Amino acid sequence: MTPLVALGGVDKVYSNGVQALKGLDLSIQEGEFLSLLGPSGCGKSTVLRLIAGLGDKSAGSIEWSSLQHEIGFVFQDPTLMPWATVFDNIYLPLRVRGIKKSEAKPRIERAMEQVGLAGFGNAYPRELSGGMRMRVSIARALVAEPKILLMDEPFAALDEITRFKLNDDLLALWSSQRWTVVFVTHSVFESVYLSTRVVVMSARPGRISSEVRVETAKHAGFRASAAYAEQCRTVSARLGEAMQA
Amino acid sequence: MKFFLIRVVPPTVILLVGLLAWEIFVRVNKTPIYILPGPLAIFEALVTDWKTLYPSLLVTLAITAAALAAATVLGVAIAVLFAQSKWVEMSFFPYAVILQVTPVVAIAPLIIIWVKDTAAALLICAWIVAFFPIVSNTTLGLNSTDHNLLNLLQLYGANRHQVFWYLRLPSALPFFLGGLRISGGLALIGAVVAEFVAGSGGIQSGLAYRILEAGYQLKIPRMFAALFMITGTGILIFILLTLISHLALRRWHESAVKREG
Repeated sequence: MTPLVALGGVDKVYSNGVQALKGLDLSIQEGEFLSLLGPSGCGKSTVLRLIAGLGDKSAGSIEWSSLQHEIGFVFQDPTLMPWATVFDNIYLPLRVRGIKKSEAKPRIERAMEQVGLAGFGNAYPRELSGGMRMRVSIARALVAEPKILLMDEPFAALDEITRFKLNDDLLALWSSQRWTVVFVTHSVFESVYLSTRVVVMSARPGRISSEVRVETAKHAGFRASAAYAEQCRTVSARLGEAMQA
Repeated sequence: MKFFLIRVVPPTVILLVGLLAWEIFVRVNKTPIYILPGPLAIFEALVTDWKTLYPSLLVTLAITAAALAAATVLGVAIAVLFAQSKWVEMSFFPYAVILQVTPVVAIAPLIIIWVKDTAAALLICAWIVAFFPIVSNTTLGLNSTDHNLLNLLQLYGANRHQVFWYLRLPSALPFFLGGLRISGGLALIGAVVAEFVAGSGGIQSGLAYRILEAGYQLKIPRMFAALFMITGTGILIFILLTLISHLALRRWHESAVKREG
């Protein structure tokens, strides 16, 4: 099966001389939920930005299977326009494409419903909690119906209760929509809980250290199951190796 | 109601106490009216001279408003130009600074000589004083757009126009409004200074000329009355611009939203 996007021998050297990535090979299959896990400074965010086309690689190749690839991007902070309502924030990607507001309305409302924001269209970002703002950010990424959703530690700044809730909601959405997700995190538990494949990275220079397939079906009690604990142990051990290397 | 109690009552009490002390001071010391008139004498002058003062107020007000409008339009236009390229900004910004730091009193006589039409000359002087805060604040605002939002728009394939209208312009709004509030007061000061310069050359215009005239005639209460009218105008301009700023930002900007305890 041809991957949706394949990175081959990708290097990234920043202008200050820091080598963020060295010889990185990564294939992302359509429909998978891939987590990039690693210590800070291992270049996981750089991988995401390169896939998104924000910034140039120093060497290597990034190949897409199709010419048309809609990308949704969710940053660590919600990155909303404070002067615009929730509705207008979610409208942004469609607005850039020249779609009229009246035409976009049903799509925006559907995206809001998907992330549990129905009825909040007229609120301003500052009137919402951190978790709700993140939901707006996710809705904005979804409204353009992306083929691939790139998420850069989206829940890192949220409290645990909110994070668990958003994890569950994201998982439910992914199982119903089956887009491809690349999710950057530094949490072992989050990566195992969400993904079908965990790619462990090590730092200086950033490269792939190992990968773990999480085959377990994600059911309601997964977080408390022995299988989950087992997988977390495996991934933790791999992460430990990556940190040693 | 609470706003009224905190923001209106205390300064009003201070004002009344101050005026009372002033009146008492003048009466006890028997200060001659041509040195320092009491508030009652000034109020009397304000009422009796209203027929000459009011038209002058309108002249000053017209110059101030026109200068502020010109400063807003040209200031924003220049800031937008600066924001298009670092080179343009670097090349022209120093000259905006030079125009700002040159005292308007020093160049007003030249402008009045060069520009035949008095109103136009005064307008130019007031504009020179008022335009800088709008240019510098709006430029700062246009350059302060959230980088992640810029990344996002790049990702969506937005063109320069879209980035400017959807992102940079609204980001700059609070900065622009801050500049506008400063410029409002400066436009009035610029107008009055220019009127003084013109007035000492014998050209009649506005409240500043009335102050000069009353000074020559030793009608000190009238001088004070005109002075109070200028101050009152300045306060009204400030309140008006603060209100505009509040209405524009009240839903989203930290400066305008009440902090919850």
